[in-house]
Amino acid sequence: MGINRRNFLKTLGATGATLTFGKSFGSTKGKKSDKEFYGILYDSVLCTACQNCEYACSDQYELPYSTDFPEVGLVRKTDEKRRVVLNSYETSKGEQYIRNSCNHCNSPACASACLTKAMYKTEEGPVIWREDKCMGCRSCMIACPFDVPKFEYDSPNPKIQKCRMCYEVMKDGGIPACVDACPQEAIIFGKRRDLLEIAKARIYAKPDMYYHEVYGEHEVGGTGLLYLSSVPFEELGMKTDLGTTAYPEYNKTFLYSVPAVLVLWPAFMLGLNNSVMERKNKIAKDKMN
Amino acid sequence: MKSEQQTGVFKFILHELKPKGKIFTPFNVISALTISAAAIILFIRFTKGLGSVIHASQDAPWGLWINFNVITGVAFAGGAFVVTFMVYILGMEKYRPIVRATVLYALLSYIFYAGALLLDLGRPWKVINPIIGNSFGISAVLFLVAWHFILYMGSLFIEFFPTVTEWIGLKKQRKFFVSLTLGVVIFGIALSTLHQSGLGALFLMAKTKIHPLWYSEFIPILFFISSIFAGLSLVIILESINQRVFKRIMSYVFKSSHKNIMLSLAKTCAVTLFVYFSMTVLVFIHGKNYVYLGSPWGYWYLLEVIGFVVIPCALFIYGYRNLNLLVVRLAAVMVIVGIILNRLNISTFAYHWQENMIHFPTWMEVVVSLAVIFVQILVFRWIVRRMPVYTESPEWVGSNVEFKSLTKNIKKKRQWKVLAK
Repeated sequence: MGINRRNFLKTLGATGATLTFGKSFGSTKGKKSDKEFYGILYDSVLCTACQNCEYACSDQYELPYSTDFPEVGLVRKTDEKRRVVLNSYETSKGEQYIRNSCNHCNSPACASACLTKAMYKTEEGPVIWREDKCMGCRSCMIACPFDVPKFEYDSPNPKIQKCRMCYEVMKDGGIPACVDACPQEAIIFGKRRDLLEIAKARIYAKPDMYYHEVYGEHEVGGTGLLYLSSVPFEELGMKTDLGTTAYPEYNKTFLYSVPAVLVLWPAFMLGLNNSVMERKNKIAKDKMN
Repeated sequence: MKSEQQTGVFKFILHELKPKGKIFTPFNVISALTISAAAIILFIRFTKGLGSVIHASQDAPWGLWINFNVITGVAFAGGAFVVTFMVYILGMEKYRPIVRATVLYALLSYIFYAGALLLDLGRPWKVINPIIGNSFGISAVLFLVAWHFILYMGSLFIEFFPTVTEWIGLKKQRKFFVSLTLGVVIFGIALSTLHQSGLGALFLMAKTKIHPLWYSEFIPILFFISSIFAGLSLVIILESINQRVFKRIMSYVFKSSHKNIMLSLAKTCAVTLFVYFSMTVLVFIHGKNYVYLGSPWGYWYLLEVIGFVVIPCALFIYGYRNLNLLVVRLAAVMVIVGIILNRLNISTFAYHWQENMIHFPTWMEVVVSLAVIFVQILVFRWIVRRMPVYTESPEWVGSNVEFKSLTKNIKKKRQWKVLAK
């Protein structure tokens, strides 16, 4: 398609109009919050699996210390008594460690599955569980692609246990306990956007050392936890088949159809009923005559 | 007149209770034992936590009470919305005799299965949270399902209430509730459409956890369609059993119409089963799921789809064409087994299939699940023996058919409109 004077002017006009008014039109909907999500960057290359993060987390929430340690062949899982664990894997580049805790998704499946908003994505980024709201239905556990929320099955007053990125500490300007405890600076805390830049900078600085991907940048629509590693992430037992769609999207089609069904379906039935009855009455009348 | 009516009712109750005489029938003994065992188990559950009783783990959070009683049981309660649709919306009068029993069954199902849901909740004292509005999780499918359960229970109650008024003899109230019927039925069908599919939608976010043979984005639609024939198959079995159990109190209309109704239901079942099967095949091909067929999961899937969808469909057609009630009942039983399989496959067996561990429920879970069903049956029996579910309405009702008064109302309104003009 060639460009002539007329088209050029049109385009120019449209562009100008967009530039002038576009912003004001656009900004009427969905004001951007000036708050940014915080996150945690875990660098597997720097991690020595000293478990200080695990102990610090236990201290912070008065949970018992783990007695086991990362070992190749052993998959340690978070449970109702520990919120962060390290695991060890034999990879193509030797023994490597990986952290496992809540990933604090940008649009979390657990929160969108919660019917009481007990699972809640805070403005600051952490996904937290709120005791006064939860009714213990465990939908969050069904929905979470990482199986993060853990339920206290052995308590008559059970709670959901999971990492909350030390939300209370963070709100007072502090940093999460695990980050604070890391002697290697393998875990760092900051705004997610900054962390992403740091992560990429590390990859560019040492391209041979790092696997060229940041886990969590796009996974399930982006997560608050970002991971760097020297090997592909499936070698570290991480789920790489989750896709980049934010999980709440899977429900959207269904939930969007609800108002339509509730409005159109009864109207249709009423109409159907009317016509059926009319016909019946007519037949009855004809018979009478 | 009214008091006479009432003493009549009481006499009727006594009459029905006494001649049975045998309180110690095998059924009663078994159900009483199960229910008392369940009571003890539930006491343990509420004092020591869910883990002491059910086999739920961090990997498989929902036990039998949700996966069987709620998710499967509600599919079986789908008969009510289908039958009311046929009778009240499409005016298919031949199904009229089964309306009350079906609606009663569904009402009790919802009451007791919502009850089962409460047992499984970790923190049941917070159950009012999604209802009273301090925390509406409107993005949650379960929120929708919970609300629809409540609203639909109300609709079913209103649909059934005329029967209660006939039992007690409340003439005015009967008139009022009958006038609500059409509206409530329409509302109830819309609610059913959404929460039957909503139960499937609960698993939409478990995308990577459920085996691809069972997971698809069409789960809600499949759940809805299957609830139609699941509900109707249960109606076939329920009616067949009730023909025997309530033989003595059942009026002639209910006996004489039985075979005809069952065969017509068989036809409807066959059609919906076929629709369901086509949809399944479509999902199967669309998802390129044939690669999984060679595994044990594939055989299990084929058993479910061929054994409990295609074969019952064929049996329903055979039974309908040859007027063979026995074959129809057999097909209905197969459908019920198939639906239990399907729902449990999605929620239990094929859930977290990668880990290759099948979560079997504990015996205590099974006992409580059965107890819930026993209580439902006992209450059902209690009501059927007292209220005009399988007997004709008392004489003061007049035409005996709610439907006629319904059309009359509509007609009258139209006449008024014409006159007003």
